[in-house]
Amino acid sequence: MVPTLEVQDLRVHFMLDEGTVRAVDGVSFSLRDGKTLGIVGESGSGKSVIGQSILRIVPPPGRIVEGKILLKVEDGNGTTSQLDLAQLNPHGKEARNIRGSDVAMIFQEPMNSFSPLHTIGNQIIEALRLHSDVSKNEARNRAIEMLGRVGIPRPEHRIDSYPHQLSGGMRQRAMIAMALVCNPRVLIADEPTTALDVTIQAQIIELLKDLQEEFGMAILFISHNLGVVAEISHDVLVVYFGRVMEQAPVDVLFREPLHPYTRALLKSVPGIDTPVRSKLATIDGTIPDPHEYIPGCPFFGRCDQCGGDTVCRDDAYVLTKVAENHSVACPMVCVTE
Amino acid sequence: MSESLVLLEVKDLKKHFPIHRGVFKKVVGHVKAVDGVSFTLNAGETLGLVGESGCGKTTVGRMLMGAYRPTFGNIWFQPPNDEPRVDLAEIRPEQMKPLRRHIQMVFQDPFASLNPRMTIRQILAEPLVVNKIARGRELEARVRELIELVGLKLIHLKRYPHAFSGGQRQRISIARAMALFPSLLVADEPTSALDVSVQAQIVNLSLEIQDKLGLAYLFISHDLGLVRHFSKKIVLMYVGRVVEYAPAEPLFARPRHPYTEALMSNVPSTKPEMAGRKIILKGDPADPINPPPGCPFHPRCLYSEEVCSTVEPPLKEVEPGHLVACHRAETLNLAGCDALGCAV
Repeated sequence: MVPTLEVQDLRVHFMLDEGTVRAVDGVSFSLRDGKTLGIVGESGSGKSVIGQSILRIVPPPGRIVEGKILLKVEDGNGTTSQLDLAQLNPHGKEARNIRGSDVAMIFQEPMNSFSPLHTIGNQIIEALRLHSDVSKNEARNRAIEMLGRVGIPRPEHRIDSYPHQLSGGMRQRAMIAMALVCNPRVLIADEPTTALDVTIQAQIIELLKDLQEEFGMAILFISHNLGVVAEISHDVLVVYFGRVMEQAPVDVLFREPLHPYTRALLKSVPGIDTPVRSKLATIDGTIPDPHEYIPGCPFFGRCDQCGGDTVCRDDAYVLTKVAENHSVACPMVCVTE
Repeated sequence: MSESLVLLEVKDLKKHFPIHRGVFKKVVGHVKAVDGVSFTLNAGETLGLVGESGCGKTTVGRMLMGAYRPTFGNIWFQPPNDEPRVDLAEIRPEQMKPLRRHIQMVFQDPFASLNPRMTIRQILAEPLVVNKIARGRELEARVRELIELVGLKLIHLKRYPHAFSGGQRQRISIARAMALFPSLLVADEPTSALDVSVQAQIVNLSLEIQDKLGLAYLFISHDLGLVRHFSKKIVLMYVGRVVEYAPAEPLFARPRHPYTEALMSNVPSTKPEMAGRKIILKGDPADPINPPPGCPFHPRCLYSEEVCSTVEPPLKEVEPGHLVACHRAETLNLAGCDALGCAV
C-alpha cells in the first residue's frame, strides 16, 4: 500500500558564509492514514526543519539538496500516484494548493501564527475559500462547526474574536480548527503543546487523538518532550544532529530502547522509579558544532557505549534494521545484535 | 546550621495589582495575583512551589526578593548569625539592602539574565564588589572558586555570555547567585528553557551545591516530576491561592485536592504500557481578575458540590503537616501517583 506521505533520504542544508549546516542529513520515514509519527529530538536536532521541508517553507538559505517527499495523490478514477513535493517550486501555484489543503501545519505559539489584525473566523474562512469553492455563508457555517468541534465554547460568538481575546489553549484549538477545516490528509504539528500548561496540554493531546479518529488524517508530531510523544504517537523517530538515531513503534522504543542516545535521554528525566534527590543520568558534552561534517555517528564522544572507540565516528552512518519496524543507527548495538 | 531552624515564614501573603483605565487612570479592579499564601521553609531544605501559568508562583518569588511590595501579609526572614528575624513585607528599602545578599535568585531564561556586555569574570565579581565583600586578590580567588563550583573552567572567565550554551549560562547564573553565600535561593523555573539532558546536569549541580553549602531552595516550577525530585515540602497554587501544602511523600501517595490529582494524572509518561487514567479538566484556569465565587477551582472540578460554588474553602490540616483547601477533602478518596499510573 502506498503510504500517505513518504520521505526518502531527505537532506536540507543551510549554505552560510561560515560553511554548510546539514540541518537534515538523510532522513527517511513514511506516514500512514490515521497514524501518528512522533519526531523527538533536542534543540538543534533538525526536527522542525523536517516539518518545514514537507510544506516547502524552509527559510532561506536553507535548501532541500537531495531526497524525495512523496505525497499520495488520488485522481478521480481511483488510481493513486505519488507527487514529489521536493520538486515543486516553493512559491508556485502547486505548492500553495497543497499547503493548507492536503498538508496543514500547527505551530508552537498560536499567537504568532495568527494575524492579530483579523478575527479568527475571517482567517479560517479565508483558508477554506482559497481551497474549495464555497460561498461566504457556507464557509462561515463550516468555520463555526469546526470551532465547535475543537471544543471552543459558543463558537458562533467566538468566531468574531481576535486572537488576543482568546487564552493560549483556546488559540491552539482555533489553530487546529483552521488546520483541519480543509480536511487535510497530513497534519504537521510542530511542538503544539510546548507553550501550554500541563492540564491544557492534556486537553490538546486528547483532542488531537479524537480528531484523528474522526477525520483519519496522518499526524507528524514534532516535540522535544519524550512524554508527550509517548502519549500521542504510534511510531517514533529519534533524531540527533539531522539524522535518525532510532526508529520504532512507540511501545518498543520506550520499553526497550537500543540506541545509547535514546537510552540516555530516557534516563535523564526523573520518573516514578527515580529515588528522590538521586543523581540523574546526564549526557556529557554538547551537540557537535553544526558546521562540522561527521561521516559516522554524531553522538560519538558523548556516548557511554563506544568508550572512545573512533570506529563509531569514522565508519559511515547506517540505519540498520534490527527487528520488524525497528531500526537503529549505532555501530556498537548493531554489531552485537 | 540546624535543620529545624525556620528560615522563612510567609503568612497570608497577598499581592493585588490595580488595573487602571481611562484618562485619569482610575482604578477599575484588581488582579489578585497572590491572594493569601502561607508556608514555612526551614534552613537547608527545599520547598517546591507548583502551579500553572498565571497562578502567582513567580509573584511570590518576586515578593521574597523585594521586587514587589506585598499588598498584605508577612514574610518573616531569619538572617544568619542569630540576628532578630525581620518582616520583608514591612521593611524600608534601605534596611532591605544588607539583607538582599542572603536571598538570591536564578531566573528561567539564561539568555536574558546575563548582561551581554560583561565578561563572566565581571558578572561574577559584581555582587562581591557592590556589597564590598572582596577586592583585589581576594576577589579573584572567590571568582575562581565560584566558576569551579559550577563545573566551568578558568578560561571561561574572560568570555562573554554569547559564547556559552543555555546550560552553561544557567551554571553562570547559579555561580553569580552563590557569590554572596546566600541562605536562600529562589529558583524560578531554572530548567524549563533547557533540553532534558542539560536539565539533568543543572538538577545534579543544584543538589550538589545544596549538599555542599547547606542553603535552602524555593524551587518554583510547573514540572511536578522535577519538584518531587527536589523538594521536601510542596505548595500547590491555583489562581493566587494555596490549594494543597504537604510533605512530598504523602502528597504523591495520596493527594487530597482534586486539582493535585488532575495535575498528577496529566504529566505525560514515557512508559506507554503503564499509561494510567487521565483526568482531563474542562476549560481554562480561572481568571485572577474575576475569580469564580466559592472555591476558584469548582468550575473545572469533577467532584464539586453545591457548597463549592458559594463558600470559599479554608486551608485546613487534614493530617499532621498536610493542609488542603477543599470542602470534600475528608470524604474524597483521590488516587495517588501509583493508582493513577502517573509519570512522576
